[in-house]
Amino acid sequence: MLRVDNLRLAPLPPLSFEIAEGECLAVEGASGSGKTRLLRALADLDPVEGLVFLDGAERDEVPAPQWRQLVRYVAAEPGWWSDTPRGGFAADVADTERFRRQLAHVGLEPGDLDCNLAQLSTGERLRLAFVRALQGEPKVLLLDEPTASLDGASAALIEEQIRYQLYAGRTVVLATHDLALSQRLSHARLRLPKPRGPGADSGAAGGA
Amino acid sequence: MTYISLTPQDLLLASLLLVLTAGLSLAFRLGLERTIAVSAARMCVQLAAVAFVLKLVFDSGSSWATIGFALMMLAATAYEVASRQDRKFRGPASYLIGGAAPFFAGLLASVFAVTAIIGSEPWWAPRFLLPILGMMIGNALAGVTLVLDTITGAATRERAAIEARLALGSTRVEALEDVLRRGLKAGLTPILSAMAVAGLVSVPGMMTGQILAGADPVEAMKYQVMILFLIAGATGIAVVLAGVAAVRLLTDERHRLRLDRLTASKGSS
Repeated sequence: MLRVDNLRLAPLPPLSFEIAEGECLAVEGASGSGKTRLLRALADLDPVEGLVFLDGAERDEVPAPQWRQLVRYVAAEPGWWSDTPRGGFAADVADTERFRRQLAHVGLEPGDLDCNLAQLSTGERLRLAFVRALQGEPKVLLLDEPTASLDGASAALIEEQIRYQLYAGRTVVLATHDLALSQRLSHARLRLPKPRGPGADSGAAGGA
Repeated sequence: MTYISLTPQDLLLASLLLVLTAGLSLAFRLGLERTIAVSAARMCVQLAAVAFVLKLVFDSGSSWATIGFALMMLAATAYEVASRQDRKFRGPASYLIGGAAPFFAGLLASVFAVTAIIGSEPWWAPRFLLPILGMMIGNALAGVTLVLDTITGAATRERAAIEARLALGSTRVEALEDVLRRGLKAGLTPILSAMAVAGLVSVPGMMTGQILAGADPVEAMKYQVMILFLIAGATGIAVVLAGVAAVRLLTDERHRLRLDRLTASKGSS
């Protein structure tokens, strides 16, 4: 169970919500409304005031690296730090049958791990990042536009995998523009209001 | 071999070459005449001021004067490193790292030199301590500037990769390990190439100076070798101090990347 209490992302009013295991919360809103900032705050990647509990433990009570292993953020444009995707995976993981199945589920092969990242398509890199985020058994997946830059077939594979992760008991927070996708996957929806013009945001955060 | 003193007329004669450069600027319409004049004037005033102050410090033989001069170097170092940064840390941090790392490393190497190697009496005799300290700080400063520029630049450019590692549960040390290593390498490059080409491309400044002042070239060489060893040590210490401090400042105790602690790049509009 992920519980958010009075999370302050100015200029939004303080946010409070709960998501149970196996459920998906869709975060909707225009560009710049704070979807990415909300996901990053849940992963504790930015300093944001407010409380976030995972199964009763607050962010600050858990060492940050451990928190992020449980509450896994997948950026819209995931970063890589080596020439091939293999550097992003633990050496002992890459050989397991389970890992091969996870790759196959999103339409990839083990051989793709040794392709140069520059030669892989945006969609392939995105799907690899999705599999990367599954390693280490996270309890919560924070997915930032997971299908935005994918073609229809790849998007369907990812959607299927998100559903599979929900069946497996993981909590999913999905930030997306795709209202049809959020309708199909989500159990609850959070709509962030349109950002107001510059200058209007002062004081709005502490309002409610 | 005797020491030949230069007269003011000799300096005027030498300045003809500067006038030649200014003339070239006029001929090619580079618009640099003013800058050339100002730079040359600054150089003369600055060097004259330093020379007279050093003379005062040497003649006084006072430990307080020595400390005062060293502190002046510290302030100049802090200012110089901070002003050369493309992306600075907000607040006083750039000045603190930029001043403290080269100064501390330089002081350590210089005190080691005057006590254990040269054995000047007293050990803080400004005639030995201050010039060595100056050379140590000057070189460490160049290294520290490169370390800070490399680390802040790489962390900014590679933000996505660093945050991907953090998001997967890496600690800040793991996530910035590559960036730190690249920074330290960059910082050590100048002294390593200086040692590699010493004497081939040019005879180092200090050795040239001693030879012009009448010293035996072999004696001058020995001093130069000692100085290069000391510089390598001082640069190593300064570079590590600055690199580790920069990585710590770029992250916080919750292992977040804090690029908000940097000012915007001067290069970007």
